Amino acid sequence: MPTLIFDQSIPGRRGVTIPASGVPERDLLELLGPELLRQSPPELPEQSELEVVRHYTRLSQLNHSIDTGFYPLGSCTMKYNPKVNEAVARLPGFADLHPYQPAEQVQGALALMYDLQSWLGALTGLPHVCLQPAAGAHGELTGILMIKHYHRHHGNRRTKVLVPDSAHGTNPATAAMAGFEVVTVQSNERGLVSVADLKAHLDDQVAAFMLTNPNTLGLFEEDILAISQAVHEAGALLYYDGANFNAILGAVRPGDMGFDVVHQNLHKTFSTPHGGGGPGSGPVAVSERLAPFLPVPAIVRRPDGSYALDFERPLAIGRMKAFFGNFGVLARAYAYIYAHGHEGLRQVSRDAVLSANYLKARLGDAYEVPFAQSCMHEFVMTSDRQKAQGVNTLSIAKRLIDFGIHPPTIYFPLIVHEAMMVEPTETESKEELDRFVEVMLQIADEVRDTPDLVNSAPHTAPIGRVDEVLAARKPNVRWRKPQTAR
Amino acid sequence: MNDMNLKFSKSHEYVRIENRLAVIGISQHAADQMGDVVYVELPQIGKAYSKDEEFGVVESVKAVSSLYSPVSGTVSAVNAELLEHPEWVNSDPYGKGWMLKLEMTSPTELDQILSQEQYDAEVSSH
Ligand SMILES: Cc1ncc(COP(=O)(O)O)c(C=O)c1O
Repeated sequence: MPTLIFDQSIPGRRGVTIPASGVPERDLLELLGPELLRQSPPELPEQSELEVVRHYTRLSQLNHSIDTGFYPLGSCTMKYNPKVNEAVARLPGFADLHPYQPAEQVQGALALMYDLQSWLGALTGLPHVCLQPAAGAHGELTGILMIKHYHRHHGNRRTKVLVPDSAHGTNPATAAMAGFEVVTVQSNERGLVSVADLKAHLDDQVAAFMLTNPNTLGLFEEDILAISQAVHEAGALLYYDGANFNAILGAVRPGDMGFDVVHQNLHKTFSTPHGGGGPGSGPVAVSERLAPFLPVPAIVRRPDGSYALDFERPLAIGRMKAFFGNFGVLARAYAYIYAHGHEGLRQVSRDAVLSANYLKARLGDAYEVPFAQSCMHEFVMTSDRQKAQGVNTLSIAKRLIDFGIHPPTIYFPLIVHEAMMVEPTETESKEELDRFVEVMLQIADEVRDTPDLVNSAPHTAPIGRVDEVLAARKPNVRWRKPQTAR
Repeated sequence: MNDMNLKFSKSHEYVRIENRLAVIGISQHAADQMGDVVYVELPQIGKAYSKDEEFGVVESVKAVSSLYSPVSGTVSAVNAELLEHPEWVNSDPYGKGWMLKLEMTSPTELDQILSQEQYDAEVSSH
């Protein structure tokens, strides 16, 4: 492992040397006063440009990414991101825009956003779209705040939001952050929302039910129309978490299932590289009744064909983000949708579903698959059987690293013990899927024959088994200058 | 464990009676399922809870889970040492891993929750 850049620092070394200033200098102390000036200089690493470039290039080579290997991280849709989308996002006419430029000067960017909104409206069946939110979770917050304002506008202050027990953690977190009490709805033995339990919890205090469809087990919620009817009869609204949209592109629309608001994770479904911490994009699309509450500014098209920003929306919840969202991600999504077209997007989902079912069928003997029905774009299996042989899911995940494969999502959803959640996406070849199967079967054999090998994995990674417990209990996230002996 | 006279809630908290106080923590089964506990959040002394109300959270390397009070009562003691030693939830849940002591407001609630045998049957059926 390379040392930290701080530890490589050589006092006085510089990347660039700035020539003496040609204008008269003023004393900072005099300009700012002592209360705004720090007493000692910050301890920044001192390195030449070449050293900095080498350091970060080496670090990047230690990383796993979709460009270096298979990445079946369930719920995250780690598909290949076509490089042409990068070229589009980097076009100087887009990349060099300033967010304060007047609308007349940025008509191209506004046209792109306007078209993207209408395409997302067409794909979701919910025509009114806001591109501002910076991630899926941020889209959730936007949607739930709109629902809150909707109820208030109609004179009631509902206090509860329902989420299934299989929900992603951001769903209850969003509801709590928006000031609601979170109530959990049980799944039934088939891994789907128990409609009976849902009905038992629905009353005039419920503002919304948040649902992912297909759900986090990769299963399509077949009772969605009954769910939607029950929720609406109780006066509540139905929220669609679009993290799993890759399963149903062009096949079925959340609006037709009865959802009132959906967020998209553009960085998942519509091809922006992610996993490194952002930026992402989580547009929301809503039905007629929620449209007045969408954040401002809205991007509108004038009768003469030009585009403008509209702030005159009295019921709007306000702004959710400075400026207009993460524009580069919007440009990539635009290019991706344009390149595929409607039929191409349908094929994306068909292939994603086929790949997942293929893996599920081939791995279903060696590992246990708790829900037998066919899956959508991902599936959950358990290593309960392997755990009985003394190897837990974490070790199996770590062993995959030795084969150059990113582990699947593990221990989620919470309702499945020793869960492994596999999402191959549509962009992997059959050969790559077969290689994954061979590796998983080999690991199952190793668990039986040489469990210590699995329990001590990874063996080939730059860092071996990390002590996750220690890291969580005593996180050490700040570099401190070593004390030198005098 | 039966000698301790433990009773359990369906959400995996245990309660045992010690000097007329209800001592509460989470079951060995729940601790095993969660994996290594890394963080525990407990309430202030004096807070009142009704049965099944959330009183705190535990965080493990796998997940964050809410803690629900198996009986109604007022907090008369919390295990402050546990905050420094969350690993005791895994290693000794019924001993050093206790979380709260409650002064019960309706001790008859104890009759409504699971006995050790009922709890064991409940968790082995899953
Ligand atoms: C089901 C589900 N919902 C919501 C989210 C949150 O999305 P984001 O990470 O873009 O905030 C995720 C992300 O992993 C998810 O898988």
